Amino acid sequence: MKRVPTYGIMAEFASAQDLVNAARQTHEAGYRKIDAFSPFPVEELADAIGFHKNNVPLVTLIGAIVGGLSGYLMQYWMAVISYPVNVGGRPYHSWPSFIIITFEMTILFGGISAVFGMLALNGLPMPYHPVFNVPRFALASKDRFFLIVFASDPKYDANGTRQFMEGLHARSISEVPG
Amino acid sequence: MADHRDEVANEAANEVANQRAPVIEPGHTFGTITDKISSIVLTRPTSLGWVVGFGAGFLVTMMLLFALGYLFMKGTGIWGINIPIGWGFAIVNFVWWIGIGHAGTLISAILLLLRQSWRNSINRFAEAMTLFAVACAGIFPLVHTGRPWLAYWMFPYPNTMNYWPQFRSPLLWDVFAVSTYFTISLLFWFIGLIPDLATLRDRAENKYARISYGLLAMGWRGSARHWARYETAYLLLAGLATPLVLSVHTVVSFDFAVSIVPGWHTTIFPPYFVAGAIYSGFAMVLMLAIPIRKIYGLEDFITDRHLQNSAKVMLATGWIVAYGYGIEAFMGWYGGNRYDQTLLWNRLHGPYAGLYYMLLACNIFIPQLLWIRKMRTNPVWLFLISFVILVGMWLERFVIIVLSLSRDFLTSSWGMYYPTRWDWMTFFGTIGMFLTAMFLFVRILPMISIFEMRTLLPEAEVKPE
Repeated sequence: MKRVPTYGIMAEFASAQDLVNAARQTHEAGYRKIDAFSPFPVEELADAIGFHKNNVPLVTLIGAIVGGLSGYLMQYWMAVISYPVNVGGRPYHSWPSFIIITFEMTILFGGISAVFGMLALNGLPMPYHPVFNVPRFALASKDRFFLIVFASDPKYDANGTRQFMEGLHARSISEVPG
Repeated sequence: MADHRDEVANEAANEVANQRAPVIEPGHTFGTITDKISSIVLTRPTSLGWVVGFGAGFLVTMMLLFALGYLFMKGTGIWGINIPIGWGFAIVNFVWWIGIGHAGTLISAILLLLRQSWRNSINRFAEAMTLFAVACAGIFPLVHTGRPWLAYWMFPYPNTMNYWPQFRSPLLWDVFAVSTYFTISLLFWFIGLIPDLATLRDRAENKYARISYGLLAMGWRGSARHWARYETAYLLLAGLATPLVLSVHTVVSFDFAVSIVPGWHTTIFPPYFVAGAIYSGFAMVLMLAIPIRKIYGLEDFITDRHLQNSAKVMLATGWIVAYGYGIEAFMGWYGGNRYDQTLLWNRLHGPYAGLYYMLLACNIFIPQLLWIRKMRTNPVWLFLISFVILVGMWLERFVIIVLSLSRDFLTSSWGMYYPTRWDWMTFFGTIGMFLTAMFLFVRILPMISIFEMRTLLPEAEVKPE
């Protein structure tokens, strides 16, 4: 039988509190390439695994600014330069009329950037992922909590890491095939 | 977020002290919440009631298609509209549906920012309701153009006619406002669904269901990094949707307020339209929530607390609407403008006066029953009052649009508007389309946000370091 390379070692926990405690201990023990999985957002978890760089606000801000600018400039160019029409003697550059569409475009582009930016930064869509090879991982979307140490972590060592994770009061430990 | 959970815990303690109905009945775990909501979609057999309801909605949708098909053949002459009343049922129904569509985003975005955690069990289907209501609304201005196959002319795209849309027109603002609102509502609804779609993917036994949910879930696996970005995006989207939801009905009211027609040209319109929209939106949420929680046994998740809170929102927005009517009447009298005075007289004594009195009864007087606690907690009464409010809000739009147009500045241009059978068929047809979409939604997708319900449990709390 061909030997399957290991992707990492996964531990299962029964509660969010256990998972956060375990993630903190793992991070403190010097493991850096780790990830945690929960069926609902647990804010402390990102901090526990050492994730701090969240670029979604920046992407959203850029999207909103681009949307607002392009909304206003589009109207300016169309109503003043390309196709000027005299409506009841109003100035061509009748800016108060342009505010609403500028506002709508700001929201539209900001919202689209927030959603698609989040998906892109998360690397989604990604239908296949090695963690799905663990049968019990199906419970990660129900009521179980998982912690994984990736085999690519410099401190990773098949036996040592497994022993370390057994000390975290996990319900079960499994190897994730790559 | 940690202090938020403390708040939830404190609130739970206060509830016990105050004997208020809880947001979620005690005794649930992450597992039971997941099972209960997902089993409605995955394992519950399709009931006869569902088939009958869906079939009825579908038949009425066919009637809509028939009415629209005939309209495309003959033109808008088959409706009751004619000069001076060019805006008949089409615009009345458009404004009514768009108003109903406001509750979804209000519940999901504004109540999220205000940390009203009771919203978690009603936001999903309120958002679905919003999407379907906006879709129904969108049909009307489209077919009202007379040549709907040229509706794309409203969008600024490079064309051989060498022209651009007129950005000084409120009607064009409406195109942007409504299409932005639909897009953002759709995104909000979809990103809220992603984690629940992953739950369904992991639990579906049917191969095709698993593949479909899997494709839509896009490989969501609940990673802590993903959740962190997800929560940020969700919050930012809520922040963007909050001014948006307030702006949409404001822009709709500009269609009227920017004109010079008596009764339309008033500054009270934007806030009064927005309040009316939320008023009718919550009425529709209750009309859907009450039967749904009964039929699917979801009283644990949609508790009396939800019904009470929605009733209170209706009471509050109802009073803003009442203030709007009061100011309209007062300014008509006090403003000294002859045409505004005539309009007020027409509302009270003109040919459509009966509708105006009905509107006052439906929107102001009958909803005052909600002051009584027994009414707020009795689902049957709440259902009936919500229905009355929806009728009242429809009448309000009819009175605003048709009354002002029927008698404007010149007596020689006065006229009457009577809807034809095609008007009614189109209106009821969109209700059928709305119900058809709702029936499909509750059958295919989780109607309550599973992952947000999990966060309401005390077990979801994590002690800070």
